[in-house]
Amino acid sequence: MSATAQAAPAGTAPKGRGGIVQSVTDSLVIAKRNLIRMVRIPEVVIFGLIQPIMFVVLFSYVFGGSIKVPGSGTDAASYREFLMAGIFAQTVTFATAGAGAGIAEDMHKGLIDRFRSLPMARGAVLTGRTLADLVQTTLTLVVLAVVAALVGWSAHDGIPKALAGFGLLLLLGYAFTWIGALIGLSVRTPEAATSGGLVWLFPLTFISVAFVPSQNMPGFLQHLAEWNPFSATVVAARELFGNLPPGYPVPDAWPMQHPVWASLIWSAAIIAVFRTLAVRRYRNATA
Amino acid sequence: MPGAIYAEGLVKAFGDVRALDGVDLDVPESTVLGLLGPNGAGKTTAVRVLTTLLRPDAGKAVVAGTDVLKNPTAVRRSIGLSGQFAAVDEYLTGRENLQMVGQLYQMSGRDAKKRAKELLERFHLADAADRTAKTYSGGMRRRLDLAAALVVSPPVMFMDEPTTGLDPRNRQQLWEVVEELVAGGTTVLLTTQYLDEADRLAHDIAVVDHGRVIARGTSDQLKAQTGGERVEVVVHEREHIPTAREILESHALRGAGRESCTVEEHTRKLTVPVTGGAKLLAEVIRELDTRGVEIDDIGLRRPTLDDVFISLTGHAAEGETGQATDTDDQPGTGTDASRDAAQRKEATK
Repeated sequence: MSATAQAAPAGTAPKGRGGIVQSVTDSLVIAKRNLIRMVRIPEVVIFGLIQPIMFVVLFSYVFGGSIKVPGSGTDAASYREFLMAGIFAQTVTFATAGAGAGIAEDMHKGLIDRFRSLPMARGAVLTGRTLADLVQTTLTLVVLAVVAALVGWSAHDGIPKALAGFGLLLLLGYAFTWIGALIGLSVRTPEAATSGGLVWLFPLTFISVAFVPSQNMPGFLQHLAEWNPFSATVVAARELFGNLPPGYPVPDAWPMQHPVWASLIWSAAIIAVFRTLAVRRYRNATA
Repeated sequence: MPGAIYAEGLVKAFGDVRALDGVDLDVPESTVLGLLGPNGAGKTTAVRVLTTLLRPDAGKAVVAGTDVLKNPTAVRRSIGLSGQFAAVDEYLTGRENLQMVGQLYQMSGRDAKKRAKELLERFHLADAADRTAKTYSGGMRRRLDLAAALVVSPPVMFMDEPTTGLDPRNRQQLWEVVEELVAGGTTVLLTTQYLDEADRLAHDIAVVDHGRVIARGTSDQLKAQTGGERVEVVVHEREHIPTAREILESHALRGAGRESCTVEEHTRKLTVPVTGGAKLLAEVIRELDTRGVEIDDIGLRRPTLDDVFISLTGHAAEGETGQATDTDDQPGTGTDASRDAAQRKEATK
């Protein structure tokens, strides 16, 4: 800023590598930025952990004794086994709200404008954000699995299957962050993104087989619950963890019969649709 | 050969509001164009279109020799944008912010690091380089934002109200940076509602109001267009007004006629357009003295851009009193949200 400072000669930015390589490197630069933020604002991660831990404890000990899972004993321990995949899935989907709020804040602060004026890959700001959220979700899930193990949960069918189950859960969480990204780009304030990112998650996660079996729901809700993308992942994880009671009556709906495939298809479809919408929205964003 | 920034017939409507209503611009290389106008005149919209952030409904724009609509990515490689808000990540350090921007300009990690160091020194942020931007004062953040816009030394710079909310010292420093950039060959488009800023920095000024360029030219040309010099007299006694008026009108600019002298009764101030400068002023003083008119104040007034603005738009530039509310050396963390909100509100008016 002093008069003695040499004015740098005018130049242009180097031509980007273009294509996939640039998309990946730009996304990683943005992901790194968001991870640094996570480390510097640890309360976000910590509060993100408290809620699922509370759910584990509440559902296990408050509802656990009263809810009977068909095909199993009546003890609270068997409900805990049944429940955990549901809590895991609910936890990963709640990352949605964080992604939305973060992106809305970037819009609000003018950062999205700065990024959009740079010669960077189109989807990188959003991809970077969703990747950082995936890292956070993974950490949360690890801690939660430890807590779950402490209250008596375990996976019975070996490590590879258990990892596959966690993989499906993380994929679902990743897919949902794209929905969050779209919400974040569509609202005017970060506060709206937080509440807008949460409000629809409650019906979505409760009208499902995550916490109670669908058999006792009214017919209409039963169909919703069985075709809910969230249910597919919960049942897939339950199956891969070996947490389904031996006599559990599997509903006839296709996603319930083929939960792993249904989970993969749903997550892929959500990513395809919402990534496209979010990136389009980003390109036209007028903060 | 069009200039470094060229626009023709830009139109952008938001609902019923035509934010841009046929804007033409042509900025020769290595010069500063000042886009001057009140809030809501369309300045920011024009910048957003030229920096590829917003697609116009109609019109053509070329920046650094590249069509903005056909090849936005190439344009982005050649521009720097410094907005009304310090667009920096407050949880990253100054250094991390600049390195990130460098990498997103597709510099290698090493080059981005080197460039960040240079810029931090140049903008007097070296001591604060490894502190998060959250701890920076308003002025420091703005400097960091400007540094981010200069990471690749782009040939074309857009600055949207760069000094809004800055204290006088920071304003002065920013002006010096702009002057250095232009001396180094950079073309700058800057929007401002501060007339003195346009007067000081801009080679050419385009006055915008309601989405249209309503006048353009150098600061001197615009002033000449508004009218030349005036003599202003404040008489001591109200009863001397008619005599003073008679004297002033006899010296009025030829063709200005009998009604040329404007009188403000309550302040006892008379104003008349003249030519002839200081010599004429001396004559007027002598005559007033001879006829026994006692005066409190007299002066030769040259038109300011303020006058230009009022005569062109029919209203004063807003925001003149809004400046210099931020101080440099107090960390801006506490007041930041409210200030940002206020600026945002202003910007979206």
